[in-house]
Amino acid sequence: MGAIDVAPSERNSDAVIVSRREPVRVHHRARRTPATWVHGGGLSSLIFLLPMLFIFGAFSWYPIARTVIMSLQHTNLVQPATWVGFHNFATVIHDPLLPTAVKNTAYFAFLALIFGYPIPLVAAVLMSEVRRFRGLYSALAYLPVVIPPVVAVLLWKTFYDASTTGVFNTILAWVHLGPYPWLQSMHTAMPSLVLESTWANAGGTIIIYLAALTGVNSELYEAASVDGASLRQKVWHITIPQLRGVLLVTMILQIIGTAQVFLEPYLFTSGGPANSTLTVLLLIFNYAFGSSVGGDYGSATALSLMLAAFLAVFSLVYLRATRSWSTG
Amino acid sequence: MTLPIRRRRPSGGPSNGSLLTRADWTRPRIKWGVGTAHLLLLAALVVFGLGPLLWLAKSAITPTVDTISHPISLFPHGTAWGNLRAAWSDVHVGRYFWNTVALALGCWLSQIVVATTGGYVLSVLRPKYARIVTGLLLTTLFVPAVVLLVPLYIEIVHPPLIHHSFIDSYWAIWLPAGASAFNVVLVKRFFDNLPREIFEAARIDGAGPFRLFVLVVLPMSKPILGVVSVFAVLASWKDFLWPLLVLTNPDRQPLSVRLPAIQSQTQLGIFLAAMFIACLVPIVGFLIFQRSFLRGTGLGGAIKG
Repeated sequence: MGAIDVAPSERNSDAVIVSRREPVRVHHRARRTPATWVHGGGLSSLIFLLPMLFIFGAFSWYPIARTVIMSLQHTNLVQPATWVGFHNFATVIHDPLLPTAVKNTAYFAFLALIFGYPIPLVAAVLMSEVRRFRGLYSALAYLPVVIPPVVAVLLWKTFYDASTTGVFNTILAWVHLGPYPWLQSMHTAMPSLVLESTWANAGGTIIIYLAALTGVNSELYEAASVDGASLRQKVWHITIPQLRGVLLVTMILQIIGTAQVFLEPYLFTSGGPANSTLTVLLLIFNYAFGSSVGGDYGSATALSLMLAAFLAVFSLVYLRATRSWSTG
Repeated sequence: MTLPIRRRRPSGGPSNGSLLTRADWTRPRIKWGVGTAHLLLLAALVVFGLGPLLWLAKSAITPTVDTISHPISLFPHGTAWGNLRAAWSDVHVGRYFWNTVALALGCWLSQIVVATTGGYVLSVLRPKYARIVTGLLLTTLFVPAVVLLVPLYIEIVHPPLIHHSFIDSYWAIWLPAGASAFNVVLVKRFFDNLPREIFEAARIDGAGPFRLFVLVVLPMSKPILGVVSVFAVLASWKDFLWPLLVLTNPDRQPLSVRLPAIQSQTQLGIFLAAMFIACLVPIVGFLIFQRSFLRGTGLGGAIKG
């Protein structure tokens, strides 16, 4: 986000500008009283800033700071919180479910990259060549994104019905496949979740690629055509390299998003069968709000901080590693 | 890093960024090959984009027995329009629908107020500490939402200073919704691009900061306010986890929280009708405000899966 400029004020820095021209007046202007502050617009600035300061202070900055404190405390909302040092982190690390959750989340992210990363790119490259009714194409592609995620998941849960009269099993029976157990088998549950997630989110990525594709200079394509490049060569040597900045950003955003997947495992399978779809976020939820463990807010905040730290380090390494390619 | 913004898109003919030149389109192999690919793509988009929704619409007015035994057949034993009415009144979807509307309107108001006043200070008034506030704002963009979940919940149950739980109060959803740094940045960048001369002229004509905001800046910002509004309402309509945590009384919960809860005790046909009702507002909104969605303005962080 390079365009966010924080240029100095034009009006409120009168004193600075004047002082550059006439240093003598500095002493006079430098004596600031509450009255000059109000007169100079300081009060109205503060009044306008109040909603943002209150909302962000109470619901963003304060809870972020509180997370760090809570991760070092034992809190159960009944007794006063007690300091326990890194005990919560130790609890989380020694939880036998943590490796399962990490493995499942990584598997989800990996499958989402395999399914969900190439499809929007191919669709967008094809769609950018559509000459008539392009709006129809992008509207159809974006439609699943506006469906409320809860409805999407519950609808797909109906589709995934494991009986022979389930929607997907009926369709696959036409070509003599199945019936598949979908959500009820350890092996197919996670791919089923990823399939729904890809369907629900591909449209957003397609729109981003379409916007990026219009930025590719058509003179590059024309020059390649003159040199006798085939369609495949043009896609491989011009389109993909021209999109690399966007491709790298969408990949890291997708990884950060899938690392925090919650809705699909929670509503489809509740982490089952046999914990095969238990993700890190579901584990955090279970620590804090799950009935089995119940109200272990310290462990929940500790794990969420560990996840945030991992994502921060991962993003930094990713940006460092891809820097030469993204700008070169 | 910013995503390239679409500059222009002339209808018909090769636009900027078009792989194929006019000459390419005259070559039969490319013309038929790409044409076939486009038809296949359109078919795939209809099946995957529209298909599930059409199935939902069909099944919402199909008797439960038929949907269970012949899920793909089109009305083998007639229609059941009663599903919609039963869902609306018997399963109380009507009440949950209005709960969702109330939540969405409150979230919209809180996001608009915070984003416009905050953006106005940081972009137009620019006090000396604006730089610090902007910095604090931008750091929140990099904090994953999961970090906020537990402390925010504790804050709602045991608010500091006020000794009164906000569980089951809509304020617990309305107010935190305003803390969207993305909105403030979006509005601030729009304000940054408004012509400064107009602000100066208004000031010379004697307009103070309040009149400048209400009479000059806001009327000039209708496009960005529209984008923020559309995405605010949609995001609130989609929200699940936060309302699930802070609204425990079923009579106060929105559709997204109630739908999974009523699934087990509801007939499939009526349940699908309820889900169809839950989709209507976002889909109609999308059809009306298509341009805001498809221009890619508010898509930050919308990528997953």
